[in-house]
Amino acid sequence: MEKSPAESRAEALESLLIEKGLLTAEVVDDLIVRYNERVGPMNGALLVAKAWQDDVFKQRLLADGSAMVDEFGFEGGQVEKLVVVQNTDEVHNLVVCTLCSCYPWAVLGLPPKWYKDPAYRSRVVREPRAVLAEFGTVLPEGKQVAVWDSSAEVRYMVLPQMPGEWAGLSEEELASRVSRDSMIGVEVLAGG
Amino acid sequence: MADESGQDLNIDLPEQLQPPMANGEVLFEEPWQGRVFAMAVGLHEAGAFAWSEFQNTLIEVVGEWDRSDLIDQPYLYYEHFQAALGRLLDRKGIVSTAALNNLADQLAARPHGHDH
Repeated sequence: MEKSPAESRAEALESLLIEKGLLTAEVVDDLIVRYNERVGPMNGALLVAKAWQDDVFKQRLLADGSAMVDEFGFEGGQVEKLVVVQNTDEVHNLVVCTLCSCYPWAVLGLPPKWYKDPAYRSRVVREPRAVLAEFGTVLPEGKQVAVWDSSAEVRYMVLPQMPGEWAGLSEEELASRVSRDSMIGVEVLAGG
Repeated sequence: MADESGQDLNIDLPEQLQPPMANGEVLFEEPWQGRVFAMAVGLHEAGAFAWSEFQNTLIEVVGEWDRSDLIDQPYLYYEHFQAALGRLLDRKGIVSTAALNNLADQLAARPHGHDH
């Protein structure tokens, strides 16, 4: 198959970096495995499930998200300053990075394609409700929407509201039901 | 999740066989994207640059595209990511853009079946 220019460029860069002794192919391989397997939204989901079950933990998470990431030992980085914003009956939170693709890797993994697209980045601030509706999320009329613009310094994660039907589930069962999109804020979790 | 299982992963698989990420989405659409991403993280972890330096270069590259008349073209995120990495490495005197262009052109010009 013909190589694309981007592919040739990536290959050239890797061989120059290896030649200069700055990287090895094994380091690159291992990092790909790390981000494919160990860094992902399952980590954020664990924090959410725990916060739902343990009010003291929830207060600590809301006070200092980065400290909780350290405590859990989540890899992946990009959470030097992680702010967790809580959805309530009054306010729905939504996260974006208008300038590029800043995202809290250690709790959510790498961002989905749409998060990085110019359409999402530019529209979500102007018309959050219209964007939410495209994700199938329609909020009650009176509910406020708070849009959080991530930056190189601060990353955000949403603490979604737990559907009432889930009361009584174990932490593990809860964590498996928390979606990535609910922690970005484009989805509201539905019970069942 | 264990490292042992991770070691079995063949990251040189054709793109259609790339493993999905934990939430069921393919993380990198083509293998080169994963390698460029990992090169950036690896260089940062080795101390070649602060992540904020890379981030700011990416913001610069993405901003140029957002303001250009290409805005209706498909948005190829990892091409921007790669451009930002190249620009930062050139500025820091780690890999010059000229050397990178030169080798990339050579690699692209190789006849079929001679790429390894």
